[in-house]
Amino acid sequence: MSGLVLEGISKSFNGVSAVDHVDLAVPNGTFVCMLGPSGCGKTTLLRTIAGLEEPTSGRILIDGADITAVPAHKRNFGMVFQSLALFPHLNVGENIAYPLRIRSVGRAERVKRAEELLALVDLRGYADRPVARLSGGQRQRVAIARALALSPKLFLLDEPLSALDAKLREAMQVELRKLQQRLGITTIVVTHDQREAMTMADLVVVMGQGRIQQAASPVEIYRKPVNAFVADFIGSTNLIAVQGSGQGVTAPGGTIPGVVLAPGQTSATLSVRPEDIHLVPVGEAPLTGTISFIRDLGASIETFVDAGGTQIVAVASPRDRAEFRVGDTVGLRLAPESCRVLAS
Amino acid sequence: MRLEPPRRALDYAPLVFPAVMLTVFFVVPFGIMVMVSFFQRQPAGFYTPAFVFASYERFLTAFFGGVLGFSLGLAALVALICVVIGFPFTYELARARRSVQVVWLVALLSILSLSEVVIGFAWSTLLSRTAGISNLLVWLGLMEKPTALTPNFGAVLTGMVYQALPYTVLVLYPAMARLDPTLMEASRTLGAPPLKAFLTVVVPALRNTILATFIMVFVFALGSYLLPQLLGRPQHWTLSVLITDQAIYQSNMPFAAAMAVFLVLVTLALVGLSLLVGRKEIAA
Repeated sequence: MSGLVLEGISKSFNGVSAVDHVDLAVPNGTFVCMLGPSGCGKTTLLRTIAGLEEPTSGRILIDGADITAVPAHKRNFGMVFQSLALFPHLNVGENIAYPLRIRSVGRAERVKRAEELLALVDLRGYADRPVARLSGGQRQRVAIARALALSPKLFLLDEPLSALDAKLREAMQVELRKLQQRLGITTIVVTHDQREAMTMADLVVVMGQGRIQQAASPVEIYRKPVNAFVADFIGSTNLIAVQGSGQGVTAPGGTIPGVVLAPGQTSATLSVRPEDIHLVPVGEAPLTGTISFIRDLGASIETFVDAGGTQIVAVASPRDRAEFRVGDTVGLRLAPESCRVLAS
Repeated sequence: MRLEPPRRALDYAPLVFPAVMLTVFFVVPFGIMVMVSFFQRQPAGFYTPAFVFASYERFLTAFFGGVLGFSLGLAALVALICVVIGFPFTYELARARRSVQVVWLVALLSILSLSEVVIGFAWSTLLSRTAGISNLLVWLGLMEKPTALTPNFGAVLTGMVYQALPYTVLVLYPAMARLDPTLMEASRTLGAPPLKAFLTVVVPALRNTILATFIMVFVFALGSYLLPQLLGRPQHWTLSVLITDQAIYQSNMPFAAAMAVFLVLVTLALVGLSLLVGRKEIAA
């Protein structure tokens, strides 16, 4: 297969497993976001791909060639570090041209290439600035330009936007995605921010406990999470424990029509997104509960409902939601197609 | 922290104690020394107040000029060797496990507790013909017969480097420990093999620390006066040795003072020059 292939990659530190049997295939030109809570092994996996960590077992292939034993400096991957790792003793232009200098490229060509890259990241005319005199966003761009200087086969970014403020981060997400599409370069970004992953990625890889929990497109990850970990990590969700059979299921607050379990299964967990739960007057839906709290955010209203001991959150825009108050008993209507039965 | 410029005389109060201490124990003695350097020496072994340049004139002979040159060269060579050995060593040390670091740092600190006399005699024994390491080399079959490795220039250099190396490491260590380890990793992902990454990133990123360390070891080595006597021949004696000789054995205080003043001035000039070079480098 052309592209990056990880085969059974494991990495442990002093016997503690950080990455546990990861298999992943990334076609060329794909934008991948590795998403997970801190300590889930996503950064270790990225560093292993970069060649900064040696896998305990497994193989890494690029376009079919095994590169597991190739040292980092011969892989020709661009990497942006969380700390950015700009060289403090070099100015912007010299930082960007550093990989060219290492390869003994002539001065005139280095300057030319640095100018091209600065133009690519919208920093024309900054070549002579010391890196200490750049803003956070500008430093970010310099780090990206430097990593792209050799037109790498693979572009790796470790939490690249975590140091930026929220507004700048959102702008950079869009910009990074556009840049990637323009260059058509295979890109892997490690992040713990699921919004970031949803904004940029073709392929979202959700990691937990050193393993890949699910690898799929953003929409599929959101709509069809394979387990409670993924459902809970991507966006917010209601996890409802149900009893039932092939005929129907019962939640603590009543029955949920239209949902059936696989043959032989008697209990399961349903994942229902808050925006898929509609509040209706009592009697119009078999599942009922008591409103315990209302959070009115202006653009949307979150209603917390206690349904037989399970807390269920429903989100709606003010226009779509009937007037309810704390203490009211309400019906909860769920479309069967929005309920996802999770593997336990 | 809030920093306001001092406004009233009372705001300077915290500075009084250090200022008095500095004046009494540094400025005044140094002033006396400068004064004495211009006094007239009496052949009987003392001096009378005067303002003559006789001591400085005597200093401007080829002999003392040569000794000064040797002292400066020796100090610079010691500083250079210490930095060249100490820099990669400290780099590895700062990256080692905590327990390894502690063992090394304790070992280095214990060298600091040794006096110059102990170091001098220890090395003179180690380098001697009868009990020194040449016997070990003979036993290993690497040498024909035991040889005296002291007194000579190499022995002086060895002893002084041994003495100054712990200081070098301790001055380099904090900066090295603070250096972002991802700088090296970034350099590697950008195509630099480990040694090249070290030379193109770690060394230049710490050039000011290197310069400061060099100056510190240089000044430290310039004051050395026991080791050259214990491990070297008279031609390896430094200016400090001659100053002691003049002051104590020849009872020529004005001349000793003049040499000391000159040594201080030359040292200050060299330190100032290197700082100037360092600043230009930063600005460039």
